[in-house]
Amino acid sequence: MCLAIPARIEQVNGADNAIVNLGGVRKEISLALVEDVVVGDYVIVHVGYALQKLDEDEALRTLALFAEVSELENSSS
Amino acid sequence: MKYMDEFRDGELAKIVAANIAREADSGHRYNLMEFCGGHTHAISRYGLSDLLPSAVRMIHGPGCPVCVLPIGRIDLAIQLALEHKVTLCTYGDCLRVPASGGLSLLKAKARGADVRMVYSTIDALKLAQDHPEKQVVFFAIGFETTTPPTAAILIQAKALGLENFSVICNHVLTPAAMHAILAGQGGERLDGFVGPAHVSTVIGSQPYEPFASDYGKPVVIAGFEPLDVMQAVLMLVRQVNAGRAVVENEFTRAVTREGNKKAQALVNDVFELRDAFEWRGLGTIPLSALKMRPAFAEFDAELRFDLQYHPVPDHKACECGAILRGEKRPQECRIFGTVCTPENPVGSCMVSSEGACAAHYTYGRFKDMAVVAA
Amino acid sequence: MKIKTSYGRPLDIKNGCIEMSHGSGGRAMAQLIDELFVAALGNQYLAQGNDGALLPEAGGRLVMATDSHVVSPLFFPGGDIGCLSVHGTINDVAVMGAKPLYLSASFILEEGFPLVDLKRIVESMAKAGSEAGVPVVTGDTKVVEQGKGDGVFITTTGVGVVADGVHLSGDRARPGDRILLSGTIGDHGMAILSQREGLAFDAPIVSDTAALHGLVAAMLDSGADLHVLRDPTRGGLSATLNEIARQSGTGMLLNEAAIPLAPAVAAACEFLGLDPLHVANEGKLVAICAAEDADRLLAVMRSHPLGGNSAHIGEVTEDPRSFVQMVTALGGRRIVDWLSGEQLPRIC
Repeated sequence: MCLAIPARIEQVNGADNAIVNLGGVRKEISLALVEDVVVGDYVIVHVGYALQKLDEDEALRTLALFAEVSELENSSS
Repeated sequence: MKYMDEFRDGELAKIVAANIAREADSGHRYNLMEFCGGHTHAISRYGLSDLLPSAVRMIHGPGCPVCVLPIGRIDLAIQLALEHKVTLCTYGDCLRVPASGGLSLLKAKARGADVRMVYSTIDALKLAQDHPEKQVVFFAIGFETTTPPTAAILIQAKALGLENFSVICNHVLTPAAMHAILAGQGGERLDGFVGPAHVSTVIGSQPYEPFASDYGKPVVIAGFEPLDVMQAVLMLVRQVNAGRAVVENEFTRAVTREGNKKAQALVNDVFELRDAFEWRGLGTIPLSALKMRPAFAEFDAELRFDLQYHPVPDHKACECGAILRGEKRPQECRIFGTVCTPENPVGSCMVSSEGACAAHYTYGRFKDMAVVAA
Repeated sequence: MKIKTSYGRPLDIKNGCIEMSHGSGGRAMAQLIDELFVAALGNQYLAQGNDGALLPEAGGRLVMATDSHVVSPLFFPGGDIGCLSVHGTINDVAVMGAKPLYLSASFILEEGFPLVDLKRIVESMAKAGSEAGVPVVTGDTKVVEQGKGDGVFITTTGVGVVADGVHLSGDRARPGDRILLSGTIGDHGMAILSQREGLAFDAPIVSDTAALHGLVAAMLDSGADLHVLRDPTRGGLSATLNEIARQSGTGMLLNEAAIPLAPAVAAACEFLGLDPLHVANEGKLVAICAAEDADRLLAVMRSHPLGGNSAHIGEVTEDPRSFVQMVTALGGRRIVDWLSGEQLPRIC
């Protein structure tokens, strides 16, 4: 139910509709819930609507965080 | 698939898992609740509990909208479909939830009711537009992720002056449920929350701040992918170790403190708070659910069809309530996997793929059953 | 002397439709059979013109299999109900280790079904049968009133012969055996569903419907110690593996990263919230063989046009609970369970 996917805006049709592309699959979705979306943006899509733009810089930052090896040793016996 | 595959990388998972193992104090028990059903599904589907040290215990929360929907609300939908003969549209998972009289929406369909699965509210509206001779009703469920699409469709229906379209609104609120959990029996034992991913893209991270400040429980909002969940667990372990309790955001690529203002405004235009709403497993919670504002009353199916809600108690042996509150695990329910299975679900936790019981049965029950050596 | 029956006007294929008389056993039905079915499918057995086909001695143990086809839509990317019905039954016979020899075909037609569509379907069946070298030797047509059918339903039955020494059965999997898969999963189901759900593609997903008996023959010829062959159709790979595990009383352990999956199918499944392991296939097979023969068998499969993406996806294990487990892409373990309920209606 919480199913939402990140997809790239391939085409914007008027104020409210767009075609998104995920891995070569295209679908028409509604832009009624977001603003200032342009071709090339990535959006989170849920039940046929774009919910939010994806911040690509933050995505890269998060991926970099995953790769950080922590040096803290746990202090248990 | 960009922004998905990278967040499912096995090599990165090893690094994060090692970090958690290193930093989790093996003498301490970390009881972490993942609120959102989507996270429950991700944890089960990827076998993430194998990657976590035994000190970390993931407790499945009630963030599964099908699971918390009371039987009586499904009865309303079935009543509309069978007695009022409407065309009832719903998201897939609702179809199999067992309701009163041995019925479900799917069984009602087998009896001749016009029940349709839709992937989007847009499909339901289009159905109404294409078939002015039919009364089309959309059975709306979901937390704050799914509410804006319902709001958008109602605004459109009103603008079009559609007379054959209405909605049964069962939209519920995440913070209200989190309060109920923390106020309940299991609340004390919880060390922190993995906050929902997509709900948070809409409501932002701010609404979780009271849980940190008032209840002293850290909240880390996690993205939808398995690496996101693992990183959030690491961040929670760090907060617990440091004795901190704040709201942190792992899902920075899609969640801000304020959330999606446009979506929030649309929801606010269409919906207002119900005084109280019954939640399966959590009882009646005040100010926890939404209904249509008077301006949209013409689209309220409960008013249009004069529907009366009758609460229906759960099956006596069903432990969905305790499981939704995080007090019991699926395998601790007497009828789990025997009487209650995905094929014959007794309670809603077994119906939805995000439900704790369905997730454990479908992906994890092999761990419960010891192999008898040959 | 060949008697030429005169039907008056020929069938109006372009504009005509199925009428109740086409199923009544009278002249109209005879004309339909002659001018549409036999015209496309014609062979020496159909030419006998009897209620049943008289076939030569088969010279070996017989295998028989049957399949009904109710797929909707009737025409989909990569195929149609016609070739699907031929491939499906050929495959059921082939995975028994048998050489498919003959098919029968029964049609339930709905009043009002366009003849031009029926012709297209039957010609597709003829082409599939001819390419596979398996003729339709006998058949039947019935017509139901408009609203009581859904265009056309087709049931095909196939017979084949198993060579001596070949013994393939779902209960023959043994712990230690290797599990091989002949290619990407989910193509057929997603080709159908994507069309229904309005997904478009950079590179379209096409049904993998195909006759696998040539691939099976090559695999049998390799001399590998083959224990089980099965084609995963409705319910997907998960159903097939669970069936075999249960029949054999063993478990299985799969490696998710090794399971071939086309990127477009993966993406379409994400869009629609589906698990590719549960999605139907129509041109793939699962092979379970002795471990020492796995590499050789895999090489044979990969060199066949229908097995280019073959992969070693897992092992058979000792497990009285008969669980099919999988190591996920992240390294954790989970079960690959039967599909619950109905995921995709009218897929096959």
